[in-house]
Amino acid sequence: MSFLREKAGPIYRTVREVRGPLLVVEGVKGARYNELVEVKLADGTEIIGTVLDVSEDRAVVQVFGQTEGLSLDSAVRFTGDVMKIPLSDDLIGRIFSGSFRPLDGLPEPIGYERREIFVSVINPAAREPPSEFIQTGISVIDGMNSLVRGQKLPIFSEAGLPHNVMAAQIARQSTVLGPEEEFAVVFCAMGIKYEEYEYFRREFEKTGALDRAVMILNLANDPIIERIIAPRIALTIAEYLAFDLDMHVLAILTDMTGYCEALRSISIAREEVPARRGYPGYMYSDLASIYERTGKIKGKKGSITTMPILTMPGGDITHPIPDLTGYITEGQLILSRELHGRGIYPPVNPLPSLSRLMKDGVGPGRTRDDHIEVSNQLYMAYAEGIKARDLARIIGELSLSDREKRYLRFAEEFERKFINQGVYENRPIEKTLEIAWDLLAMLPEDELVRISEENIRRYHPRYRSA
Amino acid sequence: MSQQVGVIKRINGSLVVAEGLKGARTGDAVYIGELKLIGEVVRISGDLVALQCYEDTSGLRPGEPVFGTGAPLLAELGPGLIGEIFDGLERSEIELWKLAGPFIRRGVRVAPLRRDRKWRFEPRVKPGEEVEEGDVIGVVQESSVIEHRILVPVGFRGVIESIEEGSFTVDDVVAVLAAPSGEKIPLKLVQYWPVRIPRPYRERIPIDRPLITGQRVIDTFFPVAEGGTAAIPGGFGSGKTITLQQIAKWSDADVVIYVGCGERGNEMADILTHFPELEDPRTGKKLIERAIFIANVSNLPVAAREASVYMGVTMAEYFRDQGYDVAVIIDSTSRWAEALRDISGRLEEIPAEEGYPAYLSERIAELYERAGRVVVLGKDRRVGSVTIMGAVSPPGGDFSEPVTSTTMRFVGALWALDTELAYRRHFPAINWLRSFTRYVDVLEGFWARFDPQWKTYRERALAILEEASRLEEIARVIGEKALPNDQRLILLTAEIIREGFLVQSAYHKVDTFCPPEKQVKLLKIMINFHEIASELVKLGIPVDRIRSLRSVMELLRLKEKESLEEIDALYEHAKEDLMRLRAEYEAAGVARGP
Ligand SMILES: Nc1ncnc2c1ncn2[C@@H]1O[C@H](COP(=O)(O)OP(=O)(O)O)[C@@H](O)[C@H]1O
Ligand SMILES: [Mg+2]
Repeated sequence: MSFLREKAGPIYRTVREVRGPLLVVEGVKGARYNELVEVKLADGTEIIGTVLDVSEDRAVVQVFGQTEGLSLDSAVRFTGDVMKIPLSDDLIGRIFSGSFRPLDGLPEPIGYERREIFVSVINPAAREPPSEFIQTGISVIDGMNSLVRGQKLPIFSEAGLPHNVMAAQIARQSTVLGPEEEFAVVFCAMGIKYEEYEYFRREFEKTGALDRAVMILNLANDPIIERIIAPRIALTIAEYLAFDLDMHVLAILTDMTGYCEALRSISIAREEVPARRGYPGYMYSDLASIYERTGKIKGKKGSITTMPILTMPGGDITHPIPDLTGYITEGQLILSRELHGRGIYPPVNPLPSLSRLMKDGVGPGRTRDDHIEVSNQLYMAYAEGIKARDLARIIGELSLSDREKRYLRFAEEFERKFINQGVYENRPIEKTLEIAWDLLAMLPEDELVRISEENIRRYHPRYRSA
Repeated sequence: MSQQVGVIKRINGSLVVAEGLKGARTGDAVYIGELKLIGEVVRISGDLVALQCYEDTSGLRPGEPVFGTGAPLLAELGPGLIGEIFDGLERSEIELWKLAGPFIRRGVRVAPLRRDRKWRFEPRVKPGEEVEEGDVIGVVQESSVIEHRILVPVGFRGVIESIEEGSFTVDDVVAVLAAPSGEKIPLKLVQYWPVRIPRPYRERIPIDRPLITGQRVIDTFFPVAEGGTAAIPGGFGSGKTITLQQIAKWSDADVVIYVGCGERGNEMADILTHFPELEDPRTGKKLIERAIFIANVSNLPVAAREASVYMGVTMAEYFRDQGYDVAVIIDSTSRWAEALRDISGRLEEIPAEEGYPAYLSERIAELYERAGRVVVLGKDRRVGSVTIMGAVSPPGGDFSEPVTSTTMRFVGALWALDTELAYRRHFPAINWLRSFTRYVDVLEGFWARFDPQWKTYRERALAILEEASRLEEIARVIGEKALPNDQRLILLTAEIIREGFLVQSAYHKVDTFCPPEKQVKLLKIMINFHEIASELVKLGIPVDRIRSLRSVMELLRLKEKESLEEIDALYEHAKEDLMRLRAEYEAAGVARGP
């Protein structure tokens, strides 16, 4: 295994306890906290792990592979070093398992350099604030929740919603307004189904992105605990591509819910006191150590933009997985079962969705002067429309006031014309804003309070045509 | 003090257990392992000492040494703090970057204050003068707005034996103090203070001035006083950070200390990039000239978050002691509380609610207790204040969770954020029904100077907003159309107050900051509008007619105007239109008359 290249160390056969993915090894001398270990099972299988807790003669080891064959007669080798992977540009175009075994039939990678996967923290003072607008060609994103280079923007979804289709569309269509530059896609699967992976692979293949992709795969039937290291391997590669090779990397992490389940099972095995719904209290910090690897660095050309995908258990946004994610990422795109049910694609509900970095990426000199204001106005008007729709459900549409009726009509048109678009439809930002203005023109001009008079005069269809 | 050396027995995440650290006390700073990682003693039981390590412990192993320092975790205080960005242990992140590259490395030591920089020191006392703790012996112009006053350190007094004017580094001796014991004490520009111990002052005094933030919903409706405390709880995306950044930018504090505690790296990068460009609307000076940043972001070791908050508050007290009004902003106190939970869990303490330690509420209370307006130490009875404002990040937006519910008990003002408002892009998304302040009465005097009626307007506006939300509930069932006219007017006025007063975009070039006189004017106009319109409604004029007056809807945009005269003129316009409408109706009524 490439993790273990050139490593040797003392072997212990003194496993005293097996608890889920944890092994308690006794008589250990000189083990280091967080060091890489190799565990050989009775049947000869080799899996890797790390040291979670170490005393003078005892170490608790967490393994990252299958936990079925773990037994007291497993042999444990301590390597004396933390977990590292080899890095080189040869990784591009390759496919690995969640513990970095080649899945593409090619040999183990050899790197110019080995880098640890767990701890990587960009000094906040060295960060470059993200500010380059990425045009995804999807109106509800570009117009109202713009993505910028170096942002981490997750998709909050539910089982059965087209988050994969949307993520693939984003990966396919994303362009930065301006010169073409080198890009790469790092794709990390955690517990998704084979057919979902196949879907991504085919989509990447269609556009030639596959040759620019690195895939780390832990599928639904792979060992759960491996998911702890899979995203860290993916992001270590992403950092190398971005900050050593100057590439613009889009990292897709799916499904973070699969990752968090692995985290929870370790916590339960360690008998820790849970914080909420069985998830450990350190889940916020743990997720931050993954998501925060996104970004840009001053003086470096490359960037990492991350799009984590997660399925909200029970569609509940207050569940710790979406909740803690939302507290860390720079916004969220929320898919709605209701919109999906009405045949709207992509079914992004803009109201709870947010891109925190939008303001830095759009507006004068970047996209268009009216971009932010139009977006704010759309939010306000759509919220009014939804309110009217709720009211109509109770008192009937006929009893609505004229104003309420107008907003209701606005909301319907907005969903049909603005949010809704084709899976292969790639709308330039100008087109997106044009649709927005045509919709806003349904409303009385003096209710467009979020837009400056100046911009109304410049962009409102009434003045445009004149 | 002689160094004690112990030996590591166990490592479990940030918790390190060592043996043989003789004489260690809880709170003592230690260096852990061959890399000399920074840590602190958190518990002692027999010969074993539990240490909290502030850096990543990967690679550490039992048997490595631990070095005691015999001293608690200290803040280094002196010229050079302003404009800096530190981590939670007061390492300059700019220096760390220069030394170790763009990624954080462990075990890298950088001094908090720059050693090579010289400061022009001007004495304020003469040899032979008697001084006591807190007296100003001289000053350094640290930035264009901050005169850094060099104080006789706490616990010292005596006669100035010598003092020199000139350019000095922080380590140079600028004066010598002859203590009553006869001991000669060298005084430098730098001094130290243990971060967990509040700095002493002479006495607390009543608070009577608002901290003006330029944010209308705060200043007018839920003000915080200088020396007071406020918390801003809200789910993710509801506007905690932006609101606190607005306060960092526009509040009228002399010094602002911004503690990014366990939050996003890009947010800190954003502040660091944009702050230096901003100017204080009052002085025209650069805002960075009065700000200090502590950026202990979410992916830095959790334990250091805990220290970062105390580091920030200690710096604040130090500037308070010079006679300044200091605002401390902590984003987010929940991450700090989680750090407490983390270490408590590793120590296997008995958890209370949601895994938090039983002493959580004590710690929260102690933290906010460090705010206050005081007469500081020193003969000249300077007055200074520390205002503490903290974000709270309730899991799932649930305000009943331990950190939020506890914090609400201890703060003087609460700015309760509302996700529903945020979804509608009503920012700041501060819910006017769930927020509170305990400072209105003491601050009335300040506002009465602009308008003696201020308190009445404020109460009236709140009453209209409250009434409107009750009516909205009804309208949600029967439709707005079915409400009587006077109630529909309440809804209209509430809309004008909401859109024209409460909503305030941080990104609007004029409206990002609203001076107090403009706040009073806008509020007065809206209340006055309501009175006039009420009379019209009484005459039977439908609210829809009032709403259709363009000049009335223009009231929503008054906030965008910079000049008060222009605001007045626009309102006059609306008033004329209302009068005309009234005349029209009266004429029609007369025509229809008997
Ligand atoms: N005063 C404001 N003016 C304009 N936009 C705001 C304001 N407050 C919040 N926002 C919007 O809300 C988003 C989330 O705000 P933020 O303060 O980052 O939330 P939180 O810290 O509570 O997660 C911001 O990115 C911005 O778009
Ligand atoms: Mg925030």
